[in-house]
Amino acid sequence: MTKIIVITSGKGGVGKTTTSASFAVGLAGRGFKTAVIDFDIGLRNLDLIMGCERRVVYDFVNVIRKEASLNQALIRDKHIKDLFILPASQTRDKDALTLEGVAAVLEELSKTFDYIVCDSPAGIERGAQLAMYFADSAIVVTNPEVSSVRDSDRMLGLLSSKTKRAEEGQPPLTEHLLLTRYSPKRVARGDMLSLADVNEILAIPLLGVIPESQAVLRASNSGDPVILDKESDAGQAYLDAVGRFLGEEIPHRFIEEKGNWLKRIFNLKERETV
Amino acid sequence: MSIANKISRILDYLKRPEKTSHFAKERLQIIIAHERGMRDKPDYLAALQKDLLDVIAKYVAIDKEAVKVDLERKEGFSVLELNVTLPDSTL
Ligand SMILES: Nc1ncnc2c1ncn2[C@@H]1O[C@H](COP(=O)(O)OP(=O)(O)OP(=O)(O)O)[C@@H](O)[C@H]1O
Ligand SMILES: [Mg+2]
Repeated sequence: MTKIIVITSGKGGVGKTTTSASFAVGLAGRGFKTAVIDFDIGLRNLDLIMGCERRVVYDFVNVIRKEASLNQALIRDKHIKDLFILPASQTRDKDALTLEGVAAVLEELSKTFDYIVCDSPAGIERGAQLAMYFADSAIVVTNPEVSSVRDSDRMLGLLSSKTKRAEEGQPPLTEHLLLTRYSPKRVARGDMLSLADVNEILAIPLLGVIPESQAVLRASNSGDPVILDKESDAGQAYLDAVGRFLGEEIPHRFIEEKGNWLKRIFNLKERETV
Repeated sequence: MSIANKISRILDYLKRPEKTSHFAKERLQIIIAHERGMRDKPDYLAALQKDLLDVIAKYVAIDKEAVKVDLERKEGFSVLELNVTLPDSTL
């Protein structure tokens, strides 16, 4: 059975596209045939983050309008086999996505793919609603900051009422919280909402915490999703999150402040004496 | 500038800024509880409440907080409940 995952947030710029790219690579890396779709019509960006911007010929809207076949529009990822990208259109027509069109594309993909990752645009307009409509799981990307948390809660409300599952009275989609751009240092200083605070307020299962990391900008500069940077904290955090999504029990990391130099020296000494 | 003044400025500079994350949490808890309460209500409820308030205010001096509109879903029908507290002097 194909699983459709929406990466959503309400608020803009919190890390949806970064997460979509890394999640798609992570799932394909585990051997699942995966498609990742950019629903941000007019503001195509997933192609850049995946490093395939120069290979875009046809897009999502071309397929919906039957100007191209799905196979013509899907771009094979250069990093990993079994991963395909369906880029957004740059049209300014905000009615370009239709419910029937999206349904048809998802249905066709479902014949051969294991996972379909939908990168939602910000906001609660058509693109965001269609990105979530057919989903079996939702990953709610949240930053530890008041407006992001509030918007996430608003999206949870929509997820429980404005999806196919909700409208047809099927079992609800599974919700996952992904806290991104987390800075344990600022939490310790009392400047940032903590993981526990956000978890308590939103009250949905925690999929992972992605630390604020310089590796993310480096990854987008080169067009290689950060999950491929296995040395980096953010890359490892995404690998863990994908594992948890697949049902593995993996302890959360990058949620405590790194020990200060004094502690580190102390630890080193302790280790030496063992 | 007096010495005392200078010292106090230096102390201010060295002082850690006040912690703010607990304000964030408290404010979020309040607004989210409120918004969750509105979640299942139709969008027109807020507009209706405002219009009703304007109409009533044409006739009696009332305070904005004194009007409460509520929608309750029962099986097969909904109840629109309107509560207005009029000040004593107007009766
Ligand atoms: N963990 C992180 N550490 C540091 N920077 C990050 C992290 N996650 C995302 N960013 C940065 O935040 C910015 C926004 O990220 P991204 O484009 O993924 O967000 P988005 O939610 O898709 O935005 P939009 O709502 O515009 O689609 C980018 O500059 C990205 O590099
Ligand atoms: Mg995006």
